[in-house]
Amino acid sequence: MSEHAQPTVKSFFGIWLALLVLTAITTAASFLELGPFNAIVALFIATCKASLVVLFFMEARHLPKITKVVIITALFFLGILLTLTMTDFMTRLLGR
Amino acid sequence: MPASHTAEHASHDLRHHFADMEQQKETATLGMWLFLVTEVMFFGGMFCAYLLYRLDYYTAWVAGSERMNIYLGTTNTAVLICSSLTMVLAVHFAKLGNRKATAIFLILTIVLGLGFLGIKAVEYHEHWVNHEVPGPNFHFEAPKPGASLQYSPKNVEIFFSLYFAMTGLHAIHMIIGVGLLTWLLVRNARGDFSPYYNSPVEMTGLYWHFVDVVWIYLFPLLYLIRHK
Repeated sequence: MSEHAQPTVKSFFGIWLALLVLTAITTAASFLELGPFNAIVALFIATCKASLVVLFFMEARHLPKITKVVIITALFFLGILLTLTMTDFMTRLLGR
Repeated sequence: MPASHTAEHASHDLRHHFADMEQQKETATLGMWLFLVTEVMFFGGMFCAYLLYRLDYYTAWVAGSERMNIYLGTTNTAVLICSSLTMVLAVHFAKLGNRKATAIFLILTIVLGLGFLGIKAVEYHEHWVNHEVPGPNFHFEAPKPGASLQYSPKNVEIFFSLYFAMTGLHAIHMIIGVGLLTWLLVRNARGDFSPYYNSPVEMTGLYWHFVDVVWIYLFPLLYLIRHK
């Protein structure tokens, strides 16, 4: 597609640097005692990193609509898999 | 792109059932993403199993996670991120038609991918020596009565089973990725790619980045959850 500007080498290095910094932060944060927030912080940073890779390295920003729908489908079905399983699991937990 | 320009270069790269190069490229991208959706569900099942057992055997998960080598894990994350950068640069130069730069970055990606697998092998060896590989040789000290962290060694074995299943499946994907990169290197040397036709490089890039994203989630879930 030629409508949008080609990403520059400089921008790739910027994303790379951001990913490395986030990796350092997530490892450092794991040494702190944050209780349940340890998992939340770790998964939040992981999601930031995954988004950077998908949006900038995999160029998901400039895809045609149909391909974007396919990507959202993946997240949707993964959501169904996790939520419905957890719904079942958690309600059984209450009955114990 | 002016149509006359594409016509001469693209004639032999364009499959007859596509209208033009752009449609061919969009179709390849859509197909690759559809494949990646199935991969999300493939790994998703394992993440789901991990989540359920973690909720049930949380203390065993903490005990198992403490045995991970966090320094090797962090190094491997960095190695994989660097390999994603070299991959994206290989795709970038393939699109510009710079064969030499494409080859250099493909080789760098292969080297970093093999580096990741090497570090993973060192970690697996450590687990083997420490009797942390599930099976007849698995041995994990039971906690002393009154210790702050109470768990059953049997449940720590489940943690390690999931650890080896998830990182093993990821490593298999890495090995396949290195194979694909080697194939690209041969095709690049043969002069198959040009600014008009470079889909194989770009699609392998998508695959490589996807495998990176899987690791981005595996790393915190297996290595970084060490606290009660």
